Amino acid sequence: MIDFELPKEIQQVRDMVHMVAENAMRPIAREHDEREHEKPWDFLNMMWQASQTANPVTFGGDGKQKGADRRSLRNLQAVVTIEELSWGDAGLYLSIPNPGLGGAAVAAAGTPEQKERFLARFRSGAPKWGAMAITEPHCGSDTSAITTTAVRDGDHWVLNGTKIFVTSGKMAAQDSEGFVVVWATVDKSAGRAGIKAFVVEAGTPGMSVVKVEDKMGIRASDTAMIVFENCRIPLDNILGSPEVKPSTEGFKGAMATFDATRPIVAASAIGIGRAALDFVRAELEKNGIRIRYGVARNRLTALERDFMDMEAMLEAARLLTWRAAWMMDQGKRNNLEASMAKAKAGLAVTIVTQKAVEMLGPLGYSRKYLLEKWMRDAKINDIFEGTQQINLLIVARRILGYSSKELN
Amino acid sequence: MVSFEPSEEQRLIRDTVAEFARERIRPQARPSDETGLIPSELIQEGWQLGLVQATIPEAFGGGGQTHSAVTSALVIEELAWADLSIACHLLAPQLLVLPLVETGTEEQKRAFLPAYAGGRFQAATAAIMEPRWDFDTSELRTVARPENGHYVLEGQKCYVPLAAEAQHVLTYARLADNGELAAFILDRDTPGLQVTEREKNMGLKGLATYELELRNCRVPADRRLGGEGGADIVRLLNLQRVGLAAAAVGVARAAFEYARDYAKERKAFGVFIAQKQAIAFMLAEMAIEIDAARLLTWEAAWKLDRGEEATREAILAKQYAANMALMVADRGVQILGGHGYIRDHLVELFLRNARGFATFDGLLMA
Repeated sequence: MIDFELPKEIQQVRDMVHMVAENAMRPIAREHDEREHEKPWDFLNMMWQASQTANPVTFGGDGKQKGADRRSLRNLQAVVTIEELSWGDAGLYLSIPNPGLGGAAVAAAGTPEQKERFLARFRSGAPKWGAMAITEPHCGSDTSAITTTAVRDGDHWVLNGTKIFVTSGKMAAQDSEGFVVVWATVDKSAGRAGIKAFVVEAGTPGMSVVKVEDKMGIRASDTAMIVFENCRIPLDNILGSPEVKPSTEGFKGAMATFDATRPIVAASAIGIGRAALDFVRAELEKNGIRIRYGVARNRLTALERDFMDMEAMLEAARLLTWRAAWMMDQGKRNNLEASMAKAKAGLAVTIVTQKAVEMLGPLGYSRKYLLEKWMRDAKINDIFEGTQQINLLIVARRILGYSSKELN
Repeated sequence: MVSFEPSEEQRLIRDTVAEFARERIRPQARPSDETGLIPSELIQEGWQLGLVQATIPEAFGGGGQTHSAVTSALVIEELAWADLSIACHLLAPQLLVLPLVETGTEEQKRAFLPAYAGGRFQAATAAIMEPRWDFDTSELRTVARPENGHYVLEGQKCYVPLAAEAQHVLTYARLADNGELAAFILDRDTPGLQVTEREKNMGLKGLATYELELRNCRVPADRRLGGEGGADIVRLLNLQRVGLAAAAVGVARAAFEYARDYAKERKAFGVFIAQKQAIAFMLAEMAIEIDAARLLTWEAAWKLDRGEEATREAILAKQYAANMALMVADRGVQILGGHGYIRDHLVELFLRNARGFATFDGLLMA
C-alpha cells in the first residue's frame, strides 16, 4: 500500500535530532567554516557520547539484510536523521565521529570476526572515526584504474600508493583509534577483479597523512591525502576473498557499498537544500511575501515560480531518497534507485542553493548569513560518492540493460 | 508506515487497466489523432472495466468502493500512457461522478448517479476552463447570481470534453454575492447553455472538446453541488490537478519507452545510439524525472486520500509533472531525430499532448 507516513519512532528520533541540529550545530556552523582545520571538540564529544547511548547516527545498512526483520526501517531512519543533521550543518555532520564509509564497507563485506574486531570500538572509549580511501591523484570515478598495490609478504599485506580526498582521513588514520579502508590492487593485470579492500588500523607504520585539503565548503570536515609506504598489515585485514577470480564479483561487492551510501549523501544534500529554502521563505515572509499556491502559474511572480520549483525539486529528491533507503530495508536491490536518488538530490541541491543566493540579492551573497555557505556546502553532493555523471551512467546502464562494456 | 509499493488490490487494478491500455487503446492512438474520432465500441469496452462505476454507492447501482486518489493515479497513468485523448474520453463521466460521490447531497446522488452506474457508457463532463490567457481556477469569471430559488449563470467555458453528447455538465463558477467557488449540475439542454463548435487544438485531437456559452442560464438552487452550503471545490480542484499530474507521468513514460526502444535499435557510427552517452544520459535523466514526478503525484494523492487539503502538494505535483512531461516528450522526439518529427512515429503526438499539461485544468480527476 503506497504510504508516506513515517513510523512514530522515526518521527521522534527526527525531532530529537532536529533539536541537536538547531541548538548544537547552527550556532557554531559559521565559526567552523571560517576556521577550517580546527575541530569542534565539544560538539564531537557530545555526539560521541550520544552515540554510545542512543541510536547511533551512522552510515547506513550492511547492504544485505535479506534475512533481517522486514519491518526494520533503519536505512529510512538514517536518511531522515541525516537530513536533519545536514539541515543543521553538513560539514559538522560529516565530522561526527563514527565508522563512516569505511565502517559501511566492513559491515557490507567483512566476516563476523572482522565486524567485531573493527566495529566494536565504536561502542566505547574515546571518539573514533572510520574512513574510506579509494580516490587517487590520477583516478577518481574510474576506480578500476587504481594503482595502489597490496603485495603479500608472509603473514602480511604490504601496501604502497597514494590516496586523496579521504573524508575524515586525518581523524581515522592519525588522530583517533580508528581505521581506514583502502582499495588496492593485488594483481594489476587482472583489472577490476584484482581490486580488494584492506583495513588499515590508525597509526600503522607506513601510513601517513601528508595533507589536509582546503576546500570550497564542508570545511568542518577534514579531507586528507594519505600516503602508504611499505605499510604492513595482517593478512586477515582484507575484506572478502584474496583470490583473484576471472569474474568481477568481488569488485561488484565493493561497489554495492555505494547502494547504501548514495541515499545517505542524497539525504545530506536535501538537508542543506531545506535549510536554504527555510531561510528564503522566512526572509520573504518578513517582507510580507507569501507564496500563493492556488494561483495559475502564468500569473505568479518569478520569485514565486522559482520558489515553488525549488520546493518541488527538493521534495522529489527526498521521495526518491526515501524510496532507495526503504528498498534496502526491504532487502530489495536498489542499485538503480540509489543512483537515481543521488543524481537527483545532488543536482537539485546545487540548483536550489545557487538559486536561493540569487533570490535574496545582497543578503544571499553575504557571509553575514549562512546561505552562501550552504551553496558552497551543497556542491560537494553532486561530486562525492559518484559524480552526477557517474550516477547517470549507472542509471542508463540499468534502464537500458547494458553492461559496463556496452555503455561506458 | 512508509511504502512505495501498491497494495495487492491496486496492483491487480493497475495491471488489468495496463493490459487494456496496451492491447486496445494504444493501437487506436494514431488513428484517433488523425481522424478526431474514437470508436464507441472501444469506449464501451473500456467502460466495462468498471473504473467509474466502482466508487458509486451500491444504493445507486455502483460498486460501493471507497474512492482512492492513489489508485486513480495508477489507473490514469496507464490509460494516458496508451493515449491521452482516449483516457480523457473514457474517464469524462468521472468529472461529474466523483464530485457527486465526494460532495453531493443525498438527493443529488440519487438523482444523477444511477445513470452512470450501469454497463453502458454515458457521457458526462465538467466545465472549468475559460477562454482567456489569464484563466485561473482561483478567479473564475463565470458568475452565478442567486435569484429567488435559482442561480443565473453567465460566462464562457472551453476545453469541455464531450459537451455535445454529455447528459450533464458540471459547471464551475464564482458566486456573484460572496465570490465563493461553486459548481452546478446542468442538464446539457438547459436554456441559455449553448455548446458551440468543436475545438481544434495542437494535441488532444482525438478528444472532442467544446466551448460553452452561458447566457442567462437559470438553474434551480438544488442543482448547486453540495446543496445550499455548497461543496469543497478546492478539494475537487486538487483531485483534478493530481489526475492531470498522473496523466502527464503516463504520457512521459510513453515517450521515454518509445525513445529508449528506438535508441537500442538504431545504429550510428557502428554502435547503437543508446550506447552513446549523449543519448544514454538523456534517457537516464528522463527516467529519473518520470519517477520523481510520479512520487510527487502519489504523495499528493495520498494526502488527499487522508482528507487533507493538500493544495500545495497538488499544485507542486501538477506543475512538476507538466514541466517534466514536456521535457521528456521533447527529448523523445530529439532522440528519434528526423524520424521523431514524422507522423509515422508516436513521439511527435506525445509531445503535442505533453505541451498541454501546463494549460489543462479539469480534464481528468484522480
